[in-house]
Parts: sequence; C-alpha cells; structure tokens
Amino acid sequence: MPGIKLSEKTIGIIQQVCADFRNEGSELINVLHQVQSKLGYLPAEVQEVIAKELNISVAKVYGVVTFYSFFTMIPMGEHPISICMGTACYVRGSEQVLAEFKRQLSIEVGQSTPDNKFSLNCLRCVGACGLAPVVMVGEKVFGRVSPQMVKSIIAEYKGGCAVEAKSA
Amino acid sequence: MEMINLTIDHKPVVVRKGTTVLKAASSIGIDIPTLCYMKLDDMNIENKPGGCRVCVVEVKGRRNLAPACCTEATEGMEISTHTIRVVNARRTVVELILSDHPADCLICAKSGNCELQDMAHHLGIRQIHYQGEQSMYREDTSPAIIREINKCIMCRRCETMCNDVQTVGVLSAVNRGFQAVVAPAFEMNLDHSVCTYCGQCVAVCPTGALTEVDETGAVIRALSDPKKTVVVQTAPAVRAALGEEFGMSAGTLVTGKMVAALRRLGFDYVFDTDFAADLTIMEEGTELLNRLSAYMAGDQNVKLPILTSCCPAWVKFFEHSFPELKDIPSTARSPQQMFGSIAKTYFADKIGVKRKNLVVVSIMPCLAKKYESSRPEFAVNGNPDVDYALTTRELAHLINLGNIEFKSLPNEEFDSPLGESTGAAVIFGTTGGVIEAAVRTAYEVFTGKPLPRVDFEELRGMEGLRKATIDFNGTPINIGIAHGLGNARKLLEDIQAGNSEFHAIEIMSCPGGCIGGGGQPYHHGDAEILKKRQRAIYSEDKNKTLRKSHENPYITKLYEEFLGAPLSEKAHHLLHTKYFDRS
Repeated sequence: MPGIKLSEKTIGIIQQVCADFRNEGSELINVLHQVQSKLGYLPAEVQEVIAKELNISVAKVYGVVTFYSFFTMIPMGEHPISICMGTACYVRGSEQVLAEFKRQLSIEVGQSTPDNKFSLNCLRCVGACGLAPVVMVGEKVFGRVSPQMVKSIIAEYKGGCAVEAKSA
Repeated sequence: MEMINLTIDHKPVVVRKGTTVLKAASSIGIDIPTLCYMKLDDMNIENKPGGCRVCVVEVKGRRNLAPACCTEATEGMEISTHTIRVVNARRTVVELILSDHPADCLICAKSGNCELQDMAHHLGIRQIHYQGEQSMYREDTSPAIIREINKCIMCRRCETMCNDVQTVGVLSAVNRGFQAVVAPAFEMNLDHSVCTYCGQCVAVCPTGALTEVDETGAVIRALSDPKKTVVVQTAPAVRAALGEEFGMSAGTLVTGKMVAALRRLGFDYVFDTDFAADLTIMEEGTELLNRLSAYMAGDQNVKLPILTSCCPAWVKFFEHSFPELKDIPSTARSPQQMFGSIAKTYFADKIGVKRKNLVVVSIMPCLAKKYESSRPEFAVNGNPDVDYALTTRELAHLINLGNIEFKSLPNEEFDSPLGESTGAAVIFGTTGGVIEAAVRTAYEVFTGKPLPRVDFEELRGMEGLRKATIDFNGTPINIGIAHGLGNARKLLEDIQAGNSEFHAIEIMSCPGGCIGGGGQPYHHGDAEILKKRQRAIYSEDKNKTLRKSHENPYITKLYEEFLGAPLSEKAHHLLHTKYFDRS
C-alpha cells in the first residue's frame, strides 16, 4: 500500500471536505467531486485518506474513482482537453480529431504534456450533439472541429493566457 | 403480514409480500437456474446483484424478461420460467459469458466443481455464436490464493464475503464496462493488500477465478524422495468434511479412513494436529490463568480480555486493522505451527532425522494456513516448521490420484506420540470449541477441582456472536465468541472503546469456525452442511475417553522430557510468537 506522503495542509483539506459531508460513506461521490476540484486529481494517497475519513474500504473508493471517467488519478494539465466520443461526435469524425491532438501533442489519452500545459481525455457526450464533433478545453466548448483546426486550437493556449477564441 | 397471490408455470402460489420470484418458485419446487445469486441462510447474507441474467423469467404483460432473483412477487403476477423465449435468453446469456471466458476447462483447477461449466452443460451449449475481444488480465499469485481474473464472471459473491461478511474490504469492482474487474485497491496484488487469506472468496467463487495455491505436486515430490522423512498432521475439521469429497453424506466422520489413506499415500508418520491443539490449551490456558490471577491480585496493567490466536486469518486481520491491540491476543502459536515446531525438534531428535530431511505436511480446512506456514518467524534458517499446508480439497485430490478407494478403507489409528489427543482438541474445529477446551483445563487448574460436567452447551451454537458466563467456583468468567471477521470486528471495537465485558474471547475468521474454512469441500451456501459437520465434531469429542487437554499423557510426557512446564523458556521459544503492526 502506498505510504501517505501528503502534506498536513492537503490532509486538512480532504478532512474538511469529508466533514462537510458528515463523514458519510454514502456521500463518497460528492466528496470525490469536491476533493478533485480542490486538488486537481485523486492520487492513491488521497483516496486512502478519504476511505479512512468515511470509514469505507480503499478498494471501494478506488472502484468509484475508476468507474467514473470524470475522476482522474493523474494530475490534469493546465488546459485539460477533452474530445467527445459520443455517438454523434464519433460518426462525424471525432476519432480523427483525437488522432490529430495525439499527434500534435505527442501524448496518449490520459496523459499530460511534459510541461504540464495540456492533458488529453475522452468523454461521452456533452449534450451539444448539434455541434458535433465537440472538443472542450477547460470549460470552453469548440464545435464542428476538424483535424485541420487542431493546430490553431492548441496555439490559442500555447502562449500563456488564452485568447478569446471564436467558438461555434 | 400481507400475502401475495401469483401463478408460476400455471401453479398458484401464495407468498409473503417482499418475496422474490425466485424464492416463490422454489417454495413450490420449481427450480429456476441461477449463477451469480448466492444465499447464505444463517448469515443473513444474500448476493443478488441481478448481474448474470441467467435466472430471467417471463412475466405476463411485461415487455422484458425479469431476473427472478431480484424481482419481487406482486399480486396477480403470471410467471413462466421455462418458455422457449426464456430458455433461448438463458442460452444467449451463458454463450455471451463464455465468449469472454478462457476455454481451458480441461486443465482448470475448478473443472468438475465449476458452476459456469455446470450451467453450460445444463443448457446444452455446444457452440458459442459470439466472437469478440477476450479479457487479458494478469494472474495474481499470493501465498494462499490465486486470482485468475479472466475467469471472473462478475457475480460479485467474493465481494459480498469480503466486504459484508468479513468486513475486510480488500475486493471491489473497479474500472468500467469491458475493463471492469474485481480487484484490490489500486489493482495491487493480494499479497500487498490487507487480505487475511480467510479464503471465503474462494469458497463461494462459482468459477476458477479464485482458487487456492496447489501444493500437491510438491508433496508428491517429497513423498517420492528417499532421503526425506515425511510427517503429516491433520486438523480437527478435516475429518468432519473429507468424506463429502467421496460422496459420503455431510457430517460423516472419517478419521480412521483418513489416517488409512494418508498411510497408503506414503506418509512415514501420520500424526494429528489435535495433539498440538492439546498443547495449545496447555500454553494458552496457562496464559489465561496467569493474566486472570494477576488481574484479581489488582494488577492494573494486565491485558484482558485474552484473545485466542489459533486462526491465522484472524491474526492477520488484527495486525492490519487493530494493531494497537496486538498485545492482547494470546502469544501461543496456532496448533499447526506448534506441531511443526515440535516435530522438527523433539520428534526429529527422537527418530534421529536431521531437520533438513524432515518434511512436515499439514492437512488444513484453511487457506490462511498456507500463508501462516510461510511467515518468516516460523522458520529456522529458512527451513519452515511446516513445509506444505494442503487443504481438505487438495488431500481429496491426492487420494484420488493415488487410486485409493476411500470409502472401503479400514479405520486406522494415528501414530504415536504426536497422534494422541483428547476430545478437547477435536472441538477446535468448530466455533466455540477452542474456548470450551480452554475452559475445561483452566477450570480444573484454577479451582483444583474436577469439572462437574465436561460439556459446556452454553458455549456452543452457530450464532455469529455469543457470550456466556462460566462459574469458576465462585469467580464468574465472562466469555465471548465470534466467528466471521465482521462479528469479530464488533468485539474488537468494544475492546478499543474500553467497553468489553469479557475475560476471554475466541475468534474464528470463517463462519462456523474451521468446519466452514476456505479449504473445505465446497458447501455451495448450504448452512445445513456446516451444522452437520459441527455435530460430527462434537460426537468425536463425546466418544473420546480423555476429554481434557491436560489429561493427555503424551502432552505430560512432552513437558517432562522436553519442554519443562507451560510458558517455560523453551516453550516460549518454540511455542509462542509475536505480532506485527501491518497497518
């Protein structure tokens, strides 16, 4: 089992989130949501603290973390890129878009670039099927994305702060 | 109580509200096949995830087929359990399961005992019409349990045992969809997890996904090595269950036939773990009396209650989950390890065989005993006190391999001196037995008077948590008993909180004690089988002339010739152990 090597402060944050949900095991998903939003990801050590606080097994926590694609055990990049693989996006070519992102960033799905600027993930339907294929960078939605647009999307975020790009 | 009227296969049936279609059908003798479903009556445990869909039935007026195991019977329901549509669906479901299942039945450890194989046979599956991706998950081998997850059908029974019954919490479903597997946290291997190796997951696994580490090959090699003297010991619970593997009814005692079979297999000495159980009582009982006397003399530091330490899964459980209590259990080694230790010193000297040429094999109802024998503190210069721990099932396999007609074997006696035992030792095999054996001896030593009665009915039974107060000639001794680690956890939490009323507690990891151990013949959830094994154990005790451990003349001789006295320095060295914080 990995040894706990979190800082006191981090442990305090996790404990506070758990306490906000009355340390109830049934609140696990809410706790994971909150902790991930505060820490950015849910590494093994964090899951162990959560399991202890909620008095449930670590295996159960890990089971939930790995079930929902929203939860991640690796730190996300500064600009997390998500490509929709829902049915509508898929039939309109999101796979080729994903391939282009992989090629441009030289990373696989679930990885981050070495400078930690970008990370790449797939998701299932953002509810904007009319804009298929859809790509999200952070909170921002890009619609009708073609492989040719990938380079310019990345470029928008490369230079430090993102310029307000035209979204569809 | 509201009653529900329905018909199943045109037969009317009346059941209580809340009854499932599966139970309603079985109440009128209609057998709906199931695969993931599991019900353990006496533990109040029902596993009905409705995951496999083998138990689907047709409900009139309902569009989809309904899983019988988790569909409640409702008023006026009309159920058909074996229409062509239902049977076709069942066949499709099983074919789909098989399409992602290794087809290595011929060499699978579970072949012949596999519920998936039985189901495929029952449904007459001769062709798998679906081809697709196959799971390719790594195999995980620990000292006791092998996980071959490609054979998992996600019935979740192991999870129910690990989480709900044992509260160990090692196993959980992880990942999603096709990638989903049952695994420990972070998909670590079992030997890195808090697994206690109780083996209850193996006991309920319908397929070959969870099996024991098979050591029969190593034992055969030792038996055929002319340089080795091979000694075998048999745990009390084995004799009450081994017969089941040869078609004998549950609860048939086969002590004499088991001894005969072991002799025919070529073991040089056939001994009994019961001898070591008597020895355990001498050590553990003395420890209990010492602690009690100190407590009564006003010593505030004395650790009470004393907890039994025979069960290796329980030992690993508290080392992981309650390390702050590690000074409370008795330091006495388990009978298996006491036997190994005495065999490789006292007995090896007696017969003039060097330690390295003496092989100790044990036959155990247990998987955790495999792990226990591999613990480094139970070895001398890398040579383990117990070389191989086989399960009851593995012994049955060896007997079959040796072409021994088990049922027609004569009854034979154990060899001397490590084969002699009392009735107190044999009851170690059931929940409540160890503490009853301890009480028989402790009472007589403490009061200096003979027991007015040997049978302590108040300590017996099958309830998960029991308590009794035994009058030690005016001194009331409060005794607690737990079997199943979930029940043990409750007693430990009381101790932690300082609320424990007990002086002594017996804990066994497996429901029923060793008779329900993870290495026993599969009982497939039938609690009646456990009760029959329990009755067999008590009848063996009743038939013994000597029923108190301190009356075993060979134990007395062992102390005179070798150990000195209980808790002597030599006894400490050879018969006691220490526990580790594994949290």
